[in-house]
Amino acid sequence: MSTNTVAMTGNIAVANAMRQINPDVCAAYPITPSTEVMQQFASFVADGEVDTELVAVDSEHSAMSACIGASAAGGRVMTATSANGLALMWEMLYIAAGNRLPIVMTTVNRALSAPINIHCDHSDAMGARDSGWIQLWSENAQEAYDNLIQAVRIAERREVRLPVMVCLDGFIISHSIERMELLDDMQVRNFIGPVKLHYPLLDVDNPVTYGPLDLQDYYMEHKRQQADAMQLAKPVILEVGQEFGKTFGRSYGFFEEYKLKDAELVVVALGSSVGTVKTVVDSLRQQGIAAGVLKLRSFRPFPAKELAAALKSAKAIAVLDRADSFGAYGGPLFSEVRSALFSLEAAPPTVDYIYGLGGRDFGVADVNGVFDDLKMLAKTGKASQEVNYITVRE
Amino acid sequence: MSNKIAEKKKGWRELPIGGMILEAGNSAEYNTGAWRTFLPHINRKECKNCLLCWIYCPDSAIIVKEGKFGHFDMKHCKGCGICAHECPVKAIAMVEAKK
Repeated sequence: MSTNTVAMTGNIAVANAMRQINPDVCAAYPITPSTEVMQQFASFVADGEVDTELVAVDSEHSAMSACIGASAAGGRVMTATSANGLALMWEMLYIAAGNRLPIVMTTVNRALSAPINIHCDHSDAMGARDSGWIQLWSENAQEAYDNLIQAVRIAERREVRLPVMVCLDGFIISHSIERMELLDDMQVRNFIGPVKLHYPLLDVDNPVTYGPLDLQDYYMEHKRQQADAMQLAKPVILEVGQEFGKTFGRSYGFFEEYKLKDAELVVVALGSSVGTVKTVVDSLRQQGIAAGVLKLRSFRPFPAKELAAALKSAKAIAVLDRADSFGAYGGPLFSEVRSALFSLEAAPPTVDYIYGLGGRDFGVADVNGVFDDLKMLAKTGKASQEVNYITVRE
Repeated sequence: MSNKIAEKKKGWRELPIGGMILEAGNSAEYNTGAWRTFLPHINRKECKNCLLCWIYCPDSAIIVKEGKFGHFDMKHCKGCGICAHECPVKAIAMVEAKK
């Protein structure tokens, strides 16, 4: 296997994955912090390094609409967006998923307005969590790059046929230069293989209809199929993640367990913050404290049973949410994790920390504070406050 | 919807995904005649075979035979009455269908 160690930002790494994937069509509209993905990719198109038809559109709603048309036509289709751009795609996200089109999109996570803020926050992707898209989350540039390549395989699988969103943290990953491995172009192309066609509209000898009226007598069956496809995506995510590991040396599953096996105090989180938590876990372990992290990669489909099994022997769990769900009991990740744990005979006490909204820094001291709370929680088994806001001025 | 109709329809495991329709022109199989409240009746003595009804019918439910008005395709006639409205000699009358 030939690899190439490079220094790259997350955005440029993602653009390079797209270059190697060489999609048939990309339709995109620029928005911070994802702009560079398509900017760099547009250079690859202009330089003739890919065969992609790049469609410059008037909005993200049009970008996703053009992607839907191109995907139904039979193309391999990709795009990228962030925050309000994703929000403007809202209607079309459901149409892409409902039409079972395997579009792959990079979502560079950013806060939603108002007030206007361009920095890291998971509210954008969390708002789209019920749209029927698979969501793979990344801790760093390497994972964003690896996830994007695997996403093509997962999306196009016959029994899945769902769009996939690869999430990476705005600025923290998208604009930070990291050391990472760029794979060989041909090996990436061999790994993903040719586009898997499924009733393409351009097959004029076998005309089909996409998106017809679907009323009381059929709509629910089609929604049931989508629910099933999400479940069928689970073994595919594992299989592709293992094959990726065999081929390129980095394996992926639903989540990463970091020093979790014997961990008593556990943090569950998404994205770049996990790197900070791992650092704290390392120093706590040196002090003889059994700390660990569960880093969730696949938020949709949500691996409820597997996650509960991995967390069952913890004494206290903190979920970190970089998004709020106003009026709900805690952030979106907390709701799902606690629901998954509820089926255990003795569910560990689990609390939520909403943190880092709008790019607010989340550092080692903040993580130490969370673990201090967990020590108390493990002793008492009861939290005075289950949903907490940290990294915020009182 | 009666259970009898529901029984005939395919379950989610058998249906094409995404609501796709995999064959072209199958709307001909749709019995839109079931929507009808009024039936068209033709008075053949008045009919001049101008075929304006054939031109206007939105459902291609006027069947022409040897260049002349043949019959209504009652599987697809929705009873909209456009033929009766357009007929220049008032040879088509709309009659309420019996339940």
